[in-house]
Amino acid sequence: MQNTIVALVEDKPGVLNRIASLFRRRNFNIKSLNVGNSEKPGISRMTIVVDDSVNASQVEANLYKLVNVIDVQDVTDEPAVIRELALIKVSVTPEKRNEISSLADIFRTNVVDVAQDSMTIEIVGTEKKIAGFVELLRPFGILEMVRTGNIAMMRGAMAGKRYMPGKNGTEEQKQYSALSFS
Amino acid sequence: MKMNGADIMMECLVREGVDTIFGYPGGAIMPVHDAMLKYPIHHVLTRHEQGASHAADGYARASGKVGVAVATSGPGATNLVTGIVTAMMDSVPMVCITGQVPAHLIGGDAFQETDVTGVTLPITKHNYLITRADEIAQVVREAFHIARSGRPGPVLIDFCKNAQLDEIEFEYPEDISLPGYSPPDHAPMDDVNKAVELIEAAERPVILAGHGVQMSGAMEELRIFATKTNTPVSMTLLGLGALPASDPLSLGMMGMHGEACANEAIQNADLILAFGMRFDDRVTGVLSKYAPHAKKIHVEVDPTEIHKNVAVDVPLMGDLKTVLADMIPLLDEYDHPQWMAQIAEWKAETEERSIMSWQDDGKLYSAHAIRAMWTATEGDALVVTGVGQHQMWAAQYYEFEKPYRLLTSGGAGTMGYGLPAALGAWFTDKEKDVWLIDGDGSFQMTQAELSTMMQEGANVKIVLLNNSYLGMVRQWQELFFDERYAATPITGPDFMKLAEAHGIPAKRVTKPEDAMDALEFAKNTPGTVLIEFQVEKEELVYPMVPAGAALNEMLRRPIKSEK
Repeated sequence: MQNTIVALVEDKPGVLNRIASLFRRRNFNIKSLNVGNSEKPGISRMTIVVDDSVNASQVEANLYKLVNVIDVQDVTDEPAVIRELALIKVSVTPEKRNEISSLADIFRTNVVDVAQDSMTIEIVGTEKKIAGFVELLRPFGILEMVRTGNIAMMRGAMAGKRYMPGKNGTEEQKQYSALSFS
Repeated sequence: MKMNGADIMMECLVREGVDTIFGYPGGAIMPVHDAMLKYPIHHVLTRHEQGASHAADGYARASGKVGVAVATSGPGATNLVTGIVTAMMDSVPMVCITGQVPAHLIGGDAFQETDVTGVTLPITKHNYLITRADEIAQVVREAFHIARSGRPGPVLIDFCKNAQLDEIEFEYPEDISLPGYSPPDHAPMDDVNKAVELIEAAERPVILAGHGVQMSGAMEELRIFATKTNTPVSMTLLGLGALPASDPLSLGMMGMHGEACANEAIQNADLILAFGMRFDDRVTGVLSKYAPHAKKIHVEVDPTEIHKNVAVDVPLMGDLKTVLADMIPLLDEYDHPQWMAQIAEWKAETEERSIMSWQDDGKLYSAHAIRAMWTATEGDALVVTGVGQHQMWAAQYYEFEKPYRLLTSGGAGTMGYGLPAALGAWFTDKEKDVWLIDGDGSFQMTQAELSTMMQEGANVKIVLLNNSYLGMVRQWQELFFDERYAATPITGPDFMKLAEAHGIPAKRVTKPEDAMDALEFAKNTPGTVLIEFQVEKEELVYPMVPAGAALNEMLRRPIKSEK
C-alpha cells in the first residue's frame, strides 16, 4: 500500500530541493514524485507517493512546515482520479507486430513510434493498469520504459484528507489554493 | 533614494530593531561591515564565527529579540553552522547573514565559495540566497518574521557580493506575503473541549512544561492553570523557570537527570498535559514504557511535533499562551488529595537524597559551588552553561525562580556554547547579572572568546568547575564501559594565568569553606571575574535514567551514609 499526497508549492528556485531534503532528513521513502504547473501562475503542483511505512499525517505536517508549501492534502483513500503515463519501447519482429498492436488496442493505448525492430507505446492509466500491460509486453522484450509517476486530482468539489485542524485551509491559503475546499 | 545593497541591508536591520551584531569580517562580506559604520549598530568581533552564532543565540534567548550573526562566505559561513544547529534545536530566533561570491561566479568553485544555502537547508527554519539588490528588503522582512513567529528558529540569508554593491532605489516593503506560512494561534474549540473533559476526569494529572512556555510568554497562564486544577508541574531543561522552583506544585526537572519525584509522577500519572515540549528522548526514557497509564494532551505550535515521538489523545495545535487562555475559563477547580499525598511522599524522598542533605565530608563538590552561587546571587542571576555534568548540576541545584534565567544548549548539546552565549546575553542588558557555569572541557572549546570579552569590557562572572575530565563521557565510561577512560582525561591551562593574560581577576577554590568568599569576590568585583573550582574528579550526575530504561528506572543518588 501507499499514500498519495498532493501539495501546492511556490514556484521558486530550490523548492524541489527543500522537499527532497525534507524527505531524506525525515526518512520518508518517496515512490514517485511529479512536479508541474498548476492553473495558477507562480504555483506548482506536486503529487507525491510515499510507501505506507510513512505516517501520512507526519508527511503533511512536515510539508506544511516548509515556508514555500501552500497546501497539502492526502488523497489516498478519497474519491480521486489518479493517473500515470508510461512510454514503453518494446522489441518487435514482423510476425509479432500485429499481436502487440492488438494488445495495445485492448488497453486503449497509443502507438507513438514504430521502427524496424521496435515499437513505442504510450499508455495512460492507473498504476495497476500499466503494471498489467507491462506484464503482457514483457515476453516480447521491453527495451526501455519511462513513467511519469502518479498525478492526482479530487473528483468534483471534494477535498482530500487533512490532518491539521486549524492549520489547513486558512482564508489566506484558500485564496491561493488550486485544490477545492469543501 | 539610491543606496547600495549593503546600506539597504543595514537600513532594514535597524528597522527590525537590531542594535547589536556578532560577527567576523571577510572578503565576501566587506561591504556589509563597511556599511555598519554609518548605522547605530554595534558590531562585536568574536574570535571565531562559532562564537558569533552562539553569542547571537545567547542575545536572543536573554532578550526575546532576534539575534543577528554575520560572517563571510566559505569557512566563515561553515563556522556558523554549529551555532545555527544549536539555535534550531532549541527554537531560538536568529538571523545569520553570510557573504557569498558574486552571483555570476556561483557554481564555479570561486575562492571561498560554499553552497551555504545547501549546507544550512536542513538546519534552518528557512533560508534565502540574495542575488540582486532589489530582493534585500523583502527578504530581510520575511526572515525576521519567520525567525520570531510560530516556533522560532534560525533563518540564514546568503548575500551575494554583487547585490551588496549594486545601487538601487530603496523602497521599504509595507507588507510581506508568505502564503505558505501561517503559524496557528487558537486551537479549534472542539479539541479544547475534549481536553477539558480529560482534565475533569483525571485523578493523577501532571503538567510537562517545556521551552514553549517561556517562548510564548505563558508563565502566568501556566501558574493559573496549575493552581486552579491543582496539577503538579515538571519542567524540561529548557522549561526551567516556567514555574518558580519554590512553588509547591513544582516537581523540578524531568528526564534523564531529572528529579525522581518528577519522573515517578509522569510514569504514574493518568493524564499528561504537555505544554510546549516535544517528548525528546532525554525526557521520555524508553518510549515503549513511557507514561503507560496516561492519556495525553499536547499543546504545541509546531504541527510536526504532534504524534512525532509520543502518540497523544488530544493534540491542541496553537500558541500555548492563547490556548491556555482559551482553556482556563472552561475549567473548574479540581482536587486530587491522594495523588498530591503521593507526590509529597516522592518529593520528601527526593529531598532526602539531595546532595545538599549530605553531611560535610570536607570535599568540594560541584553542587557546593552552584548552591553557594545561588546564595551569592540570591537566585536571581542569568545563568549560562556549557554542556556536560556541570550543566545538569546547574539545572538541578540552581533553583530557578524566574523565567528567562537559564541559557543552555538543550537539544543540540553543544559544548562550548557557554562563554560566547554569556557574552551575547550580557549585551542585552549590561546591568544584568550574567553568570557562566562551565566545565573545563566545554570552556576550553571556545575560550578564545575571553579576548572578545576583554575587548568589549564585558561583565560576566565565570564559575569554572574543573574536574580534569570530560565528566559526562567519563560518567558513561564508568557506568557502561567498565571504567575505561578513553579520551576523557583533559588537562587545562593554568586558569589563573589564563585569566591574568586577559586582565581578568581570578580566584581558585579547592575547599568548600572557601566557596562563598570567592563568589562574593566575583560578585563585588566590577567586570568579568573567573573563579575556578577544583572539584571532586569522579563525581556522577544522579539521578540517571540509563539508555533503554523506563523513566522511573533510575540510578539514584546514594544516601550519603550508604556511600
